[in-house]
Amino acid sequence: MKIHEYQAKDILRQYGVALPKGCVCFSVEEAVSIAEQLGGSQWVVKAQIHAGGRGKGGGVRLADTIAEVRDHAGAILGMTLVTHQTGPEGTKVKRLLVEEGVSIKNEMYVGLVVDRVSQKVVFMASSEGGTEIERVAAKAPEKIYKVVAEPSTGLTMDEAKFLAGAIGIPDTLHAESGKIFQALYQAFWDKDASLAEINPLILTEDSRIMALDVKINFDDNAMYRHPDLQELRDLDEEDEDEVTASKFGLNYISLDGTIGCLVNGAGLAMATMDIIKLYGASPANFLDVGGGATAEQVTEAFKIMLKNECLKAILVNIFGGIMRCDVIAEGLVNAAKEVSLSVPLVVRLEGTNVERGREILNHSGIAVINATTMADAAEKVAAAGV
Amino acid sequence: MFHTHHSIAYAKGKDCYVAGVTPGKGGQEVEGVPVYNTVAEAKQATRCNVAVIYVPPPFATTAIDEAVDAEMEVVICITEGIPVKDMIRTGDRMRGSNTILVGPNCPGVITPEELKIGIMPGYIHRKGRIGVVSRSGTLTYEVVDQLSKLGMGQSTCVGIGGDPVNGLKHIDVMKMFNDDCDTDGVVMCGEIGGSDEEICAEWIAENMTKPVVGFIAGVTAPPGKRMGHAGAIIAGGKGNAYEKIAALEAAGVSVTRNPSEMGKLMFDMLSC
Repeated sequence: MKIHEYQAKDILRQYGVALPKGCVCFSVEEAVSIAEQLGGSQWVVKAQIHAGGRGKGGGVRLADTIAEVRDHAGAILGMTLVTHQTGPEGTKVKRLLVEEGVSIKNEMYVGLVVDRVSQKVVFMASSEGGTEIERVAAKAPEKIYKVVAEPSTGLTMDEAKFLAGAIGIPDTLHAESGKIFQALYQAFWDKDASLAEINPLILTEDSRIMALDVKINFDDNAMYRHPDLQELRDLDEEDEDEVTASKFGLNYISLDGTIGCLVNGAGLAMATMDIIKLYGASPANFLDVGGGATAEQVTEAFKIMLKNECLKAILVNIFGGIMRCDVIAEGLVNAAKEVSLSVPLVVRLEGTNVERGREILNHSGIAVINATTMADAAEKVAAAGV
Repeated sequence: MFHTHHSIAYAKGKDCYVAGVTPGKGGQEVEGVPVYNTVAEAKQATRCNVAVIYVPPPFATTAIDEAVDAEMEVVICITEGIPVKDMIRTGDRMRGSNTILVGPNCPGVITPEELKIGIMPGYIHRKGRIGVVSRSGTLTYEVVDQLSKLGMGQSTCVGIGGDPVNGLKHIDVMKMFNDDCDTDGVVMCGEIGGSDEEICAEWIAENMTKPVVGFIAGVTAPPGKRMGHAGAIIAGGKGNAYEKIAALEAAGVSVTRNPSEMGKLMFDMLSC
């Protein structure tokens, strides 16, 4: 689960991390009001969308007067912000963060992720802040310092101070930086985060350490135990179809191809997308119906897929284990009757009760193209989807 | 209950499933199997040495911890949806113990015509000499079905599951198959996310004495999106399918891009 910059900053504020003063707003008047309350002589107006790269896309602007705050707020609110992470269609900006302007001397990076090799949380720090850490990792990996945190102790102060020194923070600020790093770790751990970054972490002209931008992602598996975090979810930022699908217990991801997929099991679903591509067509979605797949779920899945104007054909690939092929066949028949199939349907069934399943489809009166193997199914759906 | 029933009914299941554990239900009986309140009690009464866990996500790692503390030799956790932090804690907690963990978020382990521990459909399997190790459930059944239909039975199939923090990795199972006198070749299924496959590939290059066939799911997966499995995500530019395929091929693994051909590739390799 993702949240906005201002929400991530609110979380870190609770852990005592130094941040620029600022507030979220949803209108130009609110933006002006916040800037006036903040006082000072420089402000930053920042688009709040989940995707990164907002600065380059024109979504982050400095203002030296209240009039400029008004202008920038007016320009950014409602704009369709396109960044390298939004895709060409961009994201509509509905929220702004207005903050005091801060003088920047150095920009650094600190962040936490789960390291799959050590199977623990790793704390990373670099003197190269303000740019994507993946770029630093690619060009200058030696500039990233890592400490794997022991689950029983968390990030120790010694480890935190070592990192502070490694990335060039002055000795006088090691203790304070150490507290920030530990606070970031604690927030990550307490809130079941999957990613927590301060990028950039800045040294100001007047020698203060401060978090200028914060990003926190959360482990979806853990959100059941964080109702407060669930409230931070912004549905405007999520794919409408994916949100609808998840309401019906379907694991659905929109892609940009033309062949709809309905499969049981994530690995098999990915393999189905892959084999469609191999046979010259392109998947329109990933869809794992899981071990259940009731008739209702199949119907909803078809409805979602059929909304897609680019859809040219549907491939159903089911390997029944616990899931029985006759049950899935009945679900398909019901669904096809309810939604009126406007595209060719290729069905490949295998596993438990496969003969019964195929019989049901053959006697259903629905136009189904039967397939035996995955290769046969891919070949047929690619041909049907032309 | 459904899975217990089918596991007991499969091959030697009746002799092997000796105890159930559900706190508060000790003294009852399910499918002819006595139920105990704790793993320790079950172990004392029956000398069981393997635990299979279906406990829901909020309590699953507590169940794993309990089984580890009771010194189970193998713990197989089927549960999907366990928070990663819980697995980090449990994994750390069990370091130094002799317990082997399989999963979580896995279909389980099966030695065809001997014992089935998990949710896989027993009837598609045949006893034979091909080892299978996979992060996926139904994709594994696809491989097994292909092998069985080609007359190539399986020695043991190990589902290591789709979670990012877990027990046995590809490399651990590959080592076991290398040492297993009942296995002549291995089919390995991987997917996007993490670096298990690359780490396994490195080991294979230096140590593996038997042919390996590989398939990596997710060549078409977009970066940054979790594709069903918690561990199936290309994050920070790492874990994409192409890198894994390249690493496996460099190690001498025969990799197919076509999931329909996994069985055939193994068949061809062993026919030479």
